[in-house]
Amino acid sequence: MKKIAFILFLAFNISQAQGIKIKGSDTVLPLGQKEAEAFNKKSNANVSVTGGGSGVGISSLVDGTTDIAASSRKIKMDEKMRLQEAGKKFKEIVVARDALTVIVHPENKVSQLTREQLEGIFTGKIKNWKEVGGADLKIVVYSRETSSGTYEFFKEIVLKRKNFSSSVLAMPATGAIVQSVSQTKGAIGYVGLAYLDKSTKAIKVSFDQGKTFTESNLQTAKAGTYPIVRPLFFYYLTKDEARVKALVDYILSPVGQTLAEKSGYISAK
Amino acid sequence: MIKKYFEKLQIALLAISSMITTVTIFLIVIFLFSYGIKFFTNSSIEKGYDIVVHESNPIQKLSPVILQQIFDQEYTFWHEVGGNQDSLEILHFEDLPNYYTEEQMGAEFELVGACITDYLSKHPNAITIIPSININSSFKGKIVEVASIKFADVFTTQKWFPTSKPIALFGILPMIIGTLLVSFGAIVLALPFGIACAIYMAEIMKSKWRKYLKPTIELLAGIPSVVYGFFGLVVIVPIIKNVFQLEVGETALAGSIILAIMALPTIITITEDAIQNVPNSVREASLSLGASKWQTILYVVLPFAKNGIITATVLGIGRAIGETMAVLMVTGNSAIIPNSFLQPVRTIPATIAAELGEAPFGGTHFQALFTLGCILFLFSMGINLYVNYTSRSKN
Repeated sequence: MKKIAFILFLAFNISQAQGIKIKGSDTVLPLGQKEAEAFNKKSNANVSVTGGGSGVGISSLVDGTTDIAASSRKIKMDEKMRLQEAGKKFKEIVVARDALTVIVHPENKVSQLTREQLEGIFTGKIKNWKEVGGADLKIVVYSRETSSGTYEFFKEIVLKRKNFSSSVLAMPATGAIVQSVSQTKGAIGYVGLAYLDKSTKAIKVSFDQGKTFTESNLQTAKAGTYPIVRPLFFYYLTKDEARVKALVDYILSPVGQTLAEKSGYISAK
Repeated sequence: MIKKYFEKLQIALLAISSMITTVTIFLIVIFLFSYGIKFFTNSSIEKGYDIVVHESNPIQKLSPVILQQIFDQEYTFWHEVGGNQDSLEILHFEDLPNYYTEEQMGAEFELVGACITDYLSKHPNAITIIPSININSSFKGKIVEVASIKFADVFTTQKWFPTSKPIALFGILPMIIGTLLVSFGAIVLALPFGIACAIYMAEIMKSKWRKYLKPTIELLAGIPSVVYGFFGLVVIVPIIKNVFQLEVGETALAGSIILAIMALPTIITITEDAIQNVPNSVREASLSLGASKWQTILYVVLPFAKNGIITATVLGIGRAIGETMAVLMVTGNSAIIPNSFLQPVRTIPATIAAELGEAPFGGTHFQALFTLGCILFLFSMGINLYVNYTSRSKN
């Protein structure tokens, strides 16, 4: 009898302790985990973070299986419409930003490219490195999968919404792009700033027809001189605002934003 | 008395579990096809949007492929797509805030219809998209008809742009060819090796060595596929690149090699079991008639174990055709129709694995991935049925 009472007591406790759930983008996952860890320690809360992808996060928000959807892209029109159909109002918060760096093989002579040249390379109009001042070598383009938020963002900013060439190599993860670019001489790819290391070379980019070329690093991204910077979002339902407010406020506070910068992201503002 | 009932209960339990298995499989198939078929009722325009032009534009209808090319700025004049001599202008919906203030568009974007009407009156050669909810009395313009996704289009279009806005293209031909190519390569590589290894283990090798070799090979089957994939990316891909002097090492061949390695344990263990199950009396009869050991293996043992070898092949193909993670990492995933083994390919399972997580639930892209799943299912079922049929008809 005592045993049963104890189990009931435990079960009751567990259901009481159910905290805030964050689900979604794998790009935002490391950030969410760091912030949740610090927040849990500070205010004795119970925030849990899982990945799965931006689409998974937002559809969980519609189904009510998560409290916050993390997304590396803006919510899409049909996702908005499904939330509307379900009679749910939502809020969008930019929790941090992420800079994308264009990388090439370390032995590549080319060190800077304009947006127009990048567009040509990624849409398949420019096929050889000698067309942009490099060696006579075929360009091998590495991209992310079509449904990744990183892909969408690069397409919007750098390709001006044109489609990537069908012959680009689509890699399942950013780590795989770094690996492939580091072992392929003619390779070019794009990765988050946090993934930059010595095995690849970062390219300076120019968004003003070649007048100024900017290196990608935390300072230029923060100052707004580096152009390929994207926002990372949290979505939650308006009715849950009271529950999640403390967490969101913590992330947007100076402490939370410093934490974001330490994990390789750029602060939200 | 109790024993009798107990036995009946056991039999009932067996019957129930086989019923449950069958029903589950049927439910999964129904689930898969119900989503997969829904895909063909969709339009290729992003849900909730319509394509519009100025009322004076003679264009009535555009195909999804042409529309996608228009929005990729591959045309400059309307006559290239069957219209008049005017030049072609594009307005992306997301760029609307560059022309109109938030007040002009309304707090809930309810005035967008009027803004687009205004834009079209200033730019009569423009084509743009508009949310369907904004098509009301304040909107003046012509809605361009876009054909819904047809069965034949899906198999003839060669472009896979599932997330392209405003027009998505779902051409799955490159992926079907890619899947078949990689699986075929894998089986061609794995079968001779697998059967040779099984014959050696069952017939020639000393049993004290076999005791160690067989568990080692079975261990291969327990390695997670992502480990194979990583091994392929870091080791096999650079080797292929250097040996064939290619620009890229991520090729169909890399996928085939990895899949062959992954299918080997299945093929070897099942074939070896089949050969072991050949009665010794058959071998002895052959040897006593004066046949050599090799003749016995080739003409007596192998034909006797034929059904087991066929099962091994089918299971091996099944492993190869349905494998996701390892292939995803080494084949490069370009959605183009390959013309050799040394080109990047995209396979159906890899596409599903890579895209399902980010596709909006229940959307056109989501359903398209289910259609791919249906095709994959039909493939493996077809192969199974064919092999079953041929092996039975020869007996």
